[in-house]
Amino acid sequence: MTSTPTSTLMLRDRLVRVVEAATTPLLPADYLDLFAPLRSGADLRGRIEEVHPETADAATIVIKPGADWAGHVPGQYVRVGIDVDGIRQWRAYSLTHGPRRDGRISITVKAVPDGLVSTHLVREARAGTIVHLEQAAGEFVLPPAGGKFLFVTAGSGVTPVIGMLRNLFPSTDSGVLRLPRSADFDIVVVHIAPTEPDSIFLSDLKALAEAGAVHLVPRYDDVHGVLDVAELSDLVPDLADRATFACGPGGLLDALADHHEAAGIELFTEQFRASFKVAGDGGTVAFNDGTEVVADGATPILDVAEAAGVLMPSGCRMGVCFGCVLPLREGVVRDLRNGEITIANDGDNVVIQTCISAAAGPCHIDH
Amino acid sequence: MTTIQKKADNPIAHLTPEDIEQIGIELDAIRQEILDSRGAADAAYIRKVIDVHRKLELASRAVLLASIFPPAWIVGTAGLSIAKILENMEIGHNILHGQWDWMRDPKIHSTTWEWDMATPADQWKHSHNELHHTYTNVIGKDNDLGYGIMRVDEDQKWHPFFLAQPLWNFINACFFEYGIAAYDLELGRNLKIPKEKRSEEFKENARGVLKKIRQQATKDYLVHPALSIPTGSFLPTLAANFTANVVRNLWSHSVIMCGHFPEGVETFEKASIVGESRGEWYVRQMLGSANISGSKAMHIATGNLSFQIEHHLFPDLPSNRYAEVAPKVRALFDKYDLTYTTGSLPKQVYSAWHKVVRLSLPNGWLAETNVKNAPQQLAKLYKLTTGGPKVRRMIEANDRRQRAAAARAA
Repeated sequence: MTSTPTSTLMLRDRLVRVVEAATTPLLPADYLDLFAPLRSGADLRGRIEEVHPETADAATIVIKPGADWAGHVPGQYVRVGIDVDGIRQWRAYSLTHGPRRDGRISITVKAVPDGLVSTHLVREARAGTIVHLEQAAGEFVLPPAGGKFLFVTAGSGVTPVIGMLRNLFPSTDSGVLRLPRSADFDIVVVHIAPTEPDSIFLSDLKALAEAGAVHLVPRYDDVHGVLDVAELSDLVPDLADRATFACGPGGLLDALADHHEAAGIELFTEQFRASFKVAGDGGTVAFNDGTEVVADGATPILDVAEAAGVLMPSGCRMGVCFGCVLPLREGVVRDLRNGEITIANDGDNVVIQTCISAAAGPCHIDH
Repeated sequence: MTTIQKKADNPIAHLTPEDIEQIGIELDAIRQEILDSRGAADAAYIRKVIDVHRKLELASRAVLLASIFPPAWIVGTAGLSIAKILENMEIGHNILHGQWDWMRDPKIHSTTWEWDMATPADQWKHSHNELHHTYTNVIGKDNDLGYGIMRVDEDQKWHPFFLAQPLWNFINACFFEYGIAAYDLELGRNLKIPKEKRSEEFKENARGVLKKIRQQATKDYLVHPALSIPTGSFLPTLAANFTANVVRNLWSHSVIMCGHFPEGVETFEKASIVGESRGEWYVRQMLGSANISGSKAMHIATGNLSFQIEHHLFPDLPSNRYAEVAPKVRALFDKYDLTYTTGSLPKQVYSAWHKVVRLSLPNGWLAETNVKNAPQQLAKLYKLTTGGPKVRRMIEANDRRQRAAAARAA
C-alpha cells in the first residue's frame, strides 16, 4: 500500500472544513446520521437484528454493530445504551458468541425483577431498534495457550463463560466440534442457579459436557442447598491446580476472593450488575479534586458544596434555568420538589440539577 | 399598564396567602402528572421534529442550489424559513430550557446543544433561563421587557427618544437574532464603560458572539451561495438565506412580543419579589404571560410558546405537553378569579404593537387624541418633544390638574 500524499490529506481537511462551515452549528455527522447511523466515522451504534427467547425470562439479542466496531475476544463485555421509556440507559452485557463470521454480535439478557433494562430487552426489544454501543472491554478472557481452568458461574453470570466455550468448542448440527486449538484446555464448570429450568444456556453446557469438552458440575439451590465456597475443593478435587474464572453476583465473588486468597489460587472475576444502590437520606458528595462533603438529605447539593468552598455553576436556584447542571458520575440523589430518585451507576454520568437535588446516598459529581 | 402593586384595582388583591399557597400546590400537582407520564412517546416527538427539520433544511438548501429559477427560489426560501423557525423555536429554545434533558441523550441536551442563532447557547441560557424566567416581568430586573431600549410601562418616564420606538421595534424584529445577542451581552451598558475598564467576562462573551456571527454568516452568505455558483445562483441563494433569516426573525419576534406584551399582562415592582414564595412566583408567572390561540401547526411553529403561560409556569416540561396542561391551568385561573390572557395571533400582535406605539407617546396622549383635537394634540406633542425637561414637566403637571378636575366634575 502506498502512503497517501500530504497534498491529498490537506485537500481532504479543507473539504471537511467547508462541509462543516455549511452545516454549523450542527456537524455534518448530524445530517449523515439521519440516513446512515451505522456508517464508519459515526458514534458507535448497533441495530437489533433478532431477539431469540432462551428461557421464560431470558433472550439473546443479535446486534449488527456499526462499521467501526473493533471486534472482541470471547468473554469480554459490551456497554449497551438503549432508550427505555424515552430515557437512555446504559448496561454492560457479556458477548455470548465468539467473533461471528457475519459480523454480528450477541448478548444474552436475563430479565431480573425490577430490572428496567433487562426486562425491556427481553420483553420489549424489537428488531430494527438502534442501540448505542461502546467498544468491547474486559480482562475476563482465557489465555490462548490453554491450561486447567475452573469456571464458577451463577445465574446469568454464565454468559461470558458461554462466549468463551462456544469459541473453543463450536456447536454444530452434527455435534460439538473438538478443534486442535482447543485441545489443551481442561475445563470444569460449576454452574449455580436457584432451580434447574431457570438456568439459561444449560442445554449448551450439557451438550458440551456430553461431548466431553467440559466437566459440568451443576448446583441448584433447591436440590443441593446454597453453595458454600468452602465446598468447592470437594466438588473440584484439583481446585488448586486450576485458575478460576468467576462471574456472578457480588456476594459470591467476594466470598470466592476471600477463599482463593487464603488458598493462594488464581482468580479472575467479572461482575456486571453494579452493587445495588438504595435511596437513603443524605450522604457524602465527592468532587473530582478530591473534596468530600457530608450532605444531609434536605439541602441541595449546590448549597452544601458552596458552603464547603467548592466553586459551583449556579443560576436561578429554584430548578428553572438549568444553569447548575452537572454530571452525577455515580450515586443517588433526590429531587427536593417531588421526592423523585435518580440513580447513576459508574459511568452513567446522569446530568442533574444541583440546586434542587439532595444527596440520597454517596455521590460523586463530575466537577 | 402600570405595575400590579400600583394599580387601583389590583387583580390579585382578593387572593389570601392561603389561596396563593394552594395555587402553588395545585400547579405542582399538574406538573407532577406530566412528569409521571413522560416517556417514549415524548422522546419520539422531539426526535421526529428534529428529523423533519434536518430533512427540510437539506431539501430546501438543495433546491436553492438552482435558486436562479424563480420557482426554486420561492420553494427553497419558504422551506428554509420554516426549517429555521422550527430549529429556533420548537427545537432550540426548548432543548436549551432543559425540557429534554430527562432523555439522557447527550445529543439532545441543554448542556451540549448549539443553535442557528447569533447568540451562543451558553449566553442565551443565562440571560433567558436564569434572568427572564426567574424575574419575569419585574421592572428593572427582567430585561426582556423592551430589551432595555423601549418604554414598556406607563411608570417609566416619557422622553422624546421614545417617539422612535415603533421604528426601533421594527428594526429589532427584522434583525432579532442580533438584537438578542446584543441584549445577552448587555451591550448598551458595557459600551458605556471605557474600553480598558470592561470586564474580562464581557470581552470573552463578545468574542464568543462575534465568532458565532461569523460562522452563521459564513454559512448563509458565503458557503451556500458559493455552492450555487455552478447554476449561476450565488446572489439568489444569498438573498434566499437572508430572506429566510428575516422571516425567522420577524416570526420569533412576533411570538415573543405576544408572550409578555399584549394588554392584560401584568408587570411587577422590584421590591415585590423579595422573599417571594413558590406560590407567589407561580402567580407572577400566571399573570405575567399571555397565550396565543390557534391551530396545532401554529403551536408547533411558535415552539409551543403560544402556551406562554404554561411555559412560564413549567419551563422544563416538554413543549408537546403544554396543550394538555392548558385546560387544567385555565380552570385554576377561573377558580381563583384571575385573568387568563389569550387571543388569536393577529389580535395579540396588534395588541402588542398598539402598546409599543401608545407608550412611545406621552401617557394618555393616544387615548385623548381624536380627529377633532388632533391639531392641538400634535402641537402639544411638538412642544413636549422640542421643549426640554422643564416644558415637559409643566405640561405634564397641567395635564394632571385637568384630569383631576375632570374626575371631580364627574
